[in-house]
Amino acid sequence: MYKVLKREQIVPNIHLLAIESSSVHQNARAGEFVVVRADERGERIPLNLVDWNKDSVSMVFMEVGTSTSKLASLKPGDEIATLAGPLGKPTEEVQGKKIACIGGCYGIGALLPVIRMFKEKGNHVTTIIEARSEFLLYWQDKLREYSDEFQEITRDGTKGHKGHINDVLVDYIKKNNVDMVYVQGCTYLTYLCSEITRPSGIKTIVGLNPIMVDATGMCGVCRVIVAGETKFGCVDGPEFDGHQVDWDNLIARRKIYINEEISSLSFYECERYG
Amino acid sequence: MAKIVPKKTAMREQPAMERTKNFNEVPYGYSEQEAIQEAKRCLQCKRPTCMQGCPVEIDIPGFIDLIAQRDFRGAIKRLKDKNVLPAVCGRVCPQEDQCEKLCVLAKKYEPVGIGRLERFAADWEATQGEAPVPKKPKPTGKKVAIIGAGPGGLTVAGDLIKLGHAVTIFEALHAPGGVLVYGIPEFRLPKVIVYREVDYLRRCGVNVVFDFVVGKTATIDQILHEYDAVYIGTGAGLPWFMNIPGENLNGVYSANEYLTRSNLMKAYLFPEYDTPIVRGKRVAVIGGGNVAMDCARTALRLGADAVHNVYRRSRKEMPAREEEIHHAEEEGVIFDILTLPVRYMGDEHNWVKEMECIKMQLGEPDASGRRRPVPIEDSNFITPIDTVVCAIGQSPNPLIPQTTPDLKTGKWGNIEINPETGKTSKKGCWAGGDVVRGGATVILAMGDGRVAARSMDDYLKTGVW
Ligand SMILES: Cc1cc2nc3c(=O)[nH]c(=O)nc-3n(C[C@H](O)[C@H](O)[C@H](O)COP(=O)(O)OP(=O)(O)OC[C@H]3O[C@@H](n4cnc5c(N)ncnc54)[C@H](O)[C@@H]3O)c2cc1C
Ligand SMILES: Cc1cc2nc3c(=O)[nH]c(=O)nc-3n(C[C@H](O)[C@H](O)[C@H](O)COP(=O)(O)OP(=O)(O)OC[C@H]3O[C@@H](n4cnc5c(N)ncnc54)[C@H](O)[C@@H]3O)c2cc1C
Ligand code: SF4
Ligand code: SF4
Ligand code: FES
Repeated sequence: MYKVLKREQIVPNIHLLAIESSSVHQNARAGEFVVVRADERGERIPLNLVDWNKDSVSMVFMEVGTSTSKLASLKPGDEIATLAGPLGKPTEEVQGKKIACIGGCYGIGALLPVIRMFKEKGNHVTTIIEARSEFLLYWQDKLREYSDEFQEITRDGTKGHKGHINDVLVDYIKKNNVDMVYVQGCTYLTYLCSEITRPSGIKTIVGLNPIMVDATGMCGVCRVIVAGETKFGCVDGPEFDGHQVDWDNLIARRKIYINEEISSLSFYECERYG
Repeated sequence: MAKIVPKKTAMREQPAMERTKNFNEVPYGYSEQEAIQEAKRCLQCKRPTCMQGCPVEIDIPGFIDLIAQRDFRGAIKRLKDKNVLPAVCGRVCPQEDQCEKLCVLAKKYEPVGIGRLERFAADWEATQGEAPVPKKPKPTGKKVAIIGAGPGGLTVAGDLIKLGHAVTIFEALHAPGGVLVYGIPEFRLPKVIVYREVDYLRRCGVNVVFDFVVGKTATIDQILHEYDAVYIGTGAGLPWFMNIPGENLNGVYSANEYLTRSNLMKAYLFPEYDTPIVRGKRVAVIGGGNVAMDCARTALRLGADAVHNVYRRSRKEMPAREEEIHHAEEEGVIFDILTLPVRYMGDEHNWVKEMECIKMQLGEPDASGRRRPVPIEDSNFITPIDTVVCAIGQSPNPLIPQTTPDLKTGKWGNIEINPETGKTSKKGCWAGGDVVRGGATVILAMGDGRVAARSMDDYLKTGVW
């Protein structure tokens, strides 16, 4: 069992979770993730590492289904059943490049260790975060600390640029000599950014989120097709070249359990709230 | 000499029609009377050939004689001298190819039911409350790390803790047992049995660390900074696919995923447990081994109307145990032998809906000595299905070799060892079980563990590699 040190809602539906751990930090690198299981009956789910030290690790998660609802109800002092990591391949380290880093929903939090690493390696980092509205944007100060440029996008225009990632990214790559684009967030965002940069051929690294179970390469549920080849997201990824990903397959595979997920959540809510 | 009883004492089991509706164990095990009756069939040979068939050298006539004399405690003690997991081996060992195959009775009659008796003694012990822990040996001050809590790793742990070494097991998953827990289904091996044995090892002083993925959480080299010796028993967990069109459609599983969801994650109890599994109505399981039988029988229990076992050779070549094939047949699994899937077709939502197969015939023997299946031209046909489970084999997971450059591996990513000692190419590291052999058996993994433990103890005492 692993002790919860902190669990707080950062913005509606998005939470920070800090768990006691003395082993995960040792080899942790930017871009890696952990697997958590809320309780003995819980599912194993992957969450990106946002921060780590010798006593704890933290993650940012979005409440969507049963597992994340269970995590969202945790209080300091509670315990979770599983914490395993770090897992996956770390973000490839590059130097002296101009990189645009894009984050949405939980990916805003997941960007933090990656831009920190990019910055430390002497890259020029432009961070772009997006949300529906200003009240859903978070961690601007933390992200600014490692960014040379910083932009916000809201769909309703309450903060920063009004509109979509489309307009901003298209414009940005046109005006700047960008070497690389890096994206963290939901499948839609990673897909969209990859399509935006495809015509220009700018290398675009995306953090994917296929369904996982063990996350050690044992089950194969996380397979994604990259450049025509089947890869295991948990050990070969989770970051891949967005121009090589078979998005139709990924999007379809994310929905394998959609009916079960809905019934699981209603079952959980019934049990919890009666 | 006692009169020879030609037939094994029968073991009662759940009727086929009933058992496909639950995940309870199929055979019930012997009663005391039945066990004694079966034990008395043993001729107590002076030179017991049966023992040559047991990779861990159990004193077979010895423990059987104790059962015959109703000394069940003595019998289990005798078994445990050599085997830390008798309740497991009594159930899943391929006895017909090992101990029982070499029983003298087997030449003319049915062999003694060695496995069933082993199971009986172990199950009897479980009804007697917590097994007593032997007196703690004098600590040697040496620290051993075991990677993987499968049957191999558990054997090494049991042997080395008895010798006074400090033992820590690092396990990637959240539960111990390896394949015994994530792979072999409840109806064949109840998980409480494995947990009881692991609990016993913990009470003996073995430290088990879960959620620790060696190669990621720490590398072998990092572990060797803190430990005097390492045993790698990480199994063969990398699932193979056939690389045919449509394998990434929704509804196409690897056997590992299917079984892990159902067993380790208890998806058969969804939604009380959170992990879901597809309850397919028309299921095709590809492959002819124990793993395929387990998948097919699981699919039936999850409510499938029709489960097809698709195998490219003939029934005779099936590597699964006869008992498993027989159980699967009884339960209604349909065997499509001499059949090979060539592609899967999906619907507009990327869900598998059909499978195209080709008929095969047997040609010349191949390297394995079995006749090679060759496709029959223009024999393709299409079957409607909604779930596929691919159980065609697996190889060792590359996480540890990739992060341990001086560890020598073979063609399939298997770790190379000296079979006499279990030593790898890396000083201080031993390995055994499926990570060395590819998919093998529980008892071979345990035998490897025993060999390695002996060599590790030598090294820890002498410091000589
Ligand atoms: C490598 C990797 C890293 C990841 N990192 C993070 C991270 O850092 N933070 C994070 O938040 N997530 C992350 N994810 C995604 C995260 O693992 C999933 O969000 C999580 O598994 C969801 O689990 P759940 O049980 O809460 O939701 P599930 O029940 O699995 O639900 C999943 C999907 O079903 C849908 N759904 C559920 N219930 C309903 C309903 N009633 N009606 C309609 N639709 C519904 C949801 O929209 C959701 O998309 C990562 C994934 C991967 C693979
Ligand atoms: C479905 C199925 C049915 C079977 N049926 C039978 C049967 O009836 N009879 C029989 O004799 N054999 C059977 N086998 C084969 C038998 O289970 C294996 O040969 C045996 O379990 C191998 O034991 P092991 O200790 O080498 O490894 P495993 O049992 O595979 O255990 C390895 C352990 O190491 C852990 N691990 C892996 N990588 C790491 C890492 N990097 N860090 C930490 N831990 C790690 C794994 O999580 C696992 O717990 C079956 C196998 C399967 C899959
Ligand atoms: S451990 Fe296996 S091979 Fe050895 S006696 Fe028992 S059943 Fe037979
Ligand atoms: S060979 Fe058969 S009869 Fe002889 S001791 Fe072994 S089990 Fe008994
Ligand atoms: S999650 Fe099981 S192999 Fe990737």
